[in-house]
Amino acid sequence: MIRVSFTQNLQRHVACPPVDVKGATVREVLDSVFAANEKARGYVLDDRGGLRRHMVVFVNGQAVKDRVTLGDGVPDGAEVYVMQALSGG
Amino acid sequence: MSQRIFVATRKGLFRFDRGQVKGSSPWRITGASFLGDSVSMVLPDRRDGYLYAALGHGHFGTKLHRSRDGGESWEELKAPAYPEPPAGTEEVRCPARGIPIPWNLELIWALEPGGRDQPGVLWCGTLPGGLFRSDDHGTTWTLIRSLWDRPERREWFGGGMEYPGIHSISVDPRDSNRVFVGISCGGVWLTENAGESWACRANGMYAVYAPPEHKFNPNIQDPHRMVHCPARPDVMWVQHHNGVFRTTNGATLWHDVTAAIPSRFGFAVAVHPNDPETAWLVPAVSDEKRIPVDGKVVVSRTRDGGKTFQVLRDGLPQDQAYDLTFRHALDVDETGDRLAFGSTTGSLWISEDQGDHWTTLSTHLPPVFCTRFA
Repeated sequence: MIRVSFTQNLQRHVACPPVDVKGATVREVLDSVFAANEKARGYVLDDRGGLRRHMVVFVNGQAVKDRVTLGDGVPDGAEVYVMQALSGG
Repeated sequence: MSQRIFVATRKGLFRFDRGQVKGSSPWRITGASFLGDSVSMVLPDRRDGYLYAALGHGHFGTKLHRSRDGGESWEELKAPAYPEPPAGTEEVRCPARGIPIPWNLELIWALEPGGRDQPGVLWCGTLPGGLFRSDDHGTTWTLIRSLWDRPERREWFGGGMEYPGIHSISVDPRDSNRVFVGISCGGVWLTENAGESWACRANGMYAVYAPPEHKFNPNIQDPHRMVHCPARPDVMWVQHHNGVFRTTNGATLWHDVTAAIPSRFGFAVAVHPNDPETAWLVPAVSDEKRIPVDGKVVVSRTRDGGKTFQVLRDGLPQDQAYDLTFRHALDVDETGDRLAFGSTTGSLWISEDQGDHWTTLSTHLPPVFCTRFA
C-alpha cells in the first residue's frame, strides 16, 4: 500500500485525510485517491489532468519529474505527499 | 431600486444591504463569504435570485460556487473546464509573450445571465480567452468552440494579464441569440446565432500601443470594459486602453469619444439603463500611471452621448488619494439612480443621485475586483 497525504492548506477547501491506496505510478495513485474523493481532483490537477502549476508531489521525499502524464513510478510502501510549491508572497 | 450590493475582493465576498438607519449611511455589511480567498467575479442573477461567485485559489485553481440564499450558504460547482485538444491541434502562442496559450482555466473574468427567455442559461468569460455556456444554472459548462477555434485567436494577446481574456459579455435583451464579448486584447466579437458563428466587431477602434500597420486591426484592440444600454442595446460604450469608444449601431462602427475628462484612460464604464446618452467613467492618469489625476478620485459623467463630460467629486477623496477602479468595480442599478464603485485600495462609494453626491461605505476592504447591485 502507499500512504498519500495532502497539504494542510488544502483541508480548508476540501477534506483530504491521509489515505492508503494502491498504484504503480503517480497517476494511478492519485486516480485511486480521487476515485473516492472526486471533489479534491480539481484542486490538485488542472483541466487536462496535469499537476497544477504551483503544486508539487513528493514520492519518498523526491519531487516527481513528470508533471503532465504523472508517469513517475511509485514503489510499494512509499510515502506520497501532495504539497504547494511555495511561490509569491 | 436595488437595496443590496455584492463586492468581490482579493480576500473575500462582501454583501452590503441598505437598512433604515437615519443619519449616517444606511448601508451596512451584512455578510462575508470566502474570507481570505480571492473572488474574481460575482453574479447576482436577477432572473431567479441565484448568486454565483468565482474564486481564484492560486495553487488550487479556479473554482465556482453557487448560493440560493443570497450568500448565506454555498455549494461548489464544477468549474468550466477546457477539453482535451483534438489530436494534431496546432499550438497557439501569445504573439506578445511567445508563451503557449494553455487549454486550461486560468481565471473566471466574466459571468453574465442569458436572456430573460433563457432561465438557467449563463455565459462565462475566462482567461486564456475561452467563452463557456451553461444551460443549467452553472452545474455544467461547455466551451464555445466556434469562437475558441477561430484562426484570429492567434493574434489575441494578454494586456496586463499573462493571457488574453474575455471580461465583458453583453446579451441583447431583444434577442438572446445575439451575444457580444469584449476581449483584452482581442477586440469585440458578436454572435447572432447563440454561438454558432462569430464576427469581429471592433471597427473604428484604434490602438496607439500597436505598430502602425496593426493600429486599426479590430482583432487586437484592448477594450478594458464594454457595456450596452439595456433600453437601447445598439448603443454600447467601451473604456479602451487608449480612450473611450461608443457605438450607436450595435458595434458595426465605433466612434472615438475624445471629450472624456480629466483623462481618457481607465478601466470601468457604466451606462444608464434607460438613457443611452448617459454614461459614467472612473478615469486614471494613463497606462503608465494608473492613479487618479492629481490624487483626486472622481467620476466622469456624460449626459449627451460623450460630447461633454462633468467631473463629479462631491463626497470623494480629493487629497492624496491613489485609488484605482478595476473594470468590473463600477455598477449602476436598474433605475440608473444608484451607482457604486470600489477601488484597489479597498474603498467603496455609493451615489443615490446618479453621481452628483457620493457616500463612503468603506475604506478598509481588500482590493475590489467587482461591485454589483443585486
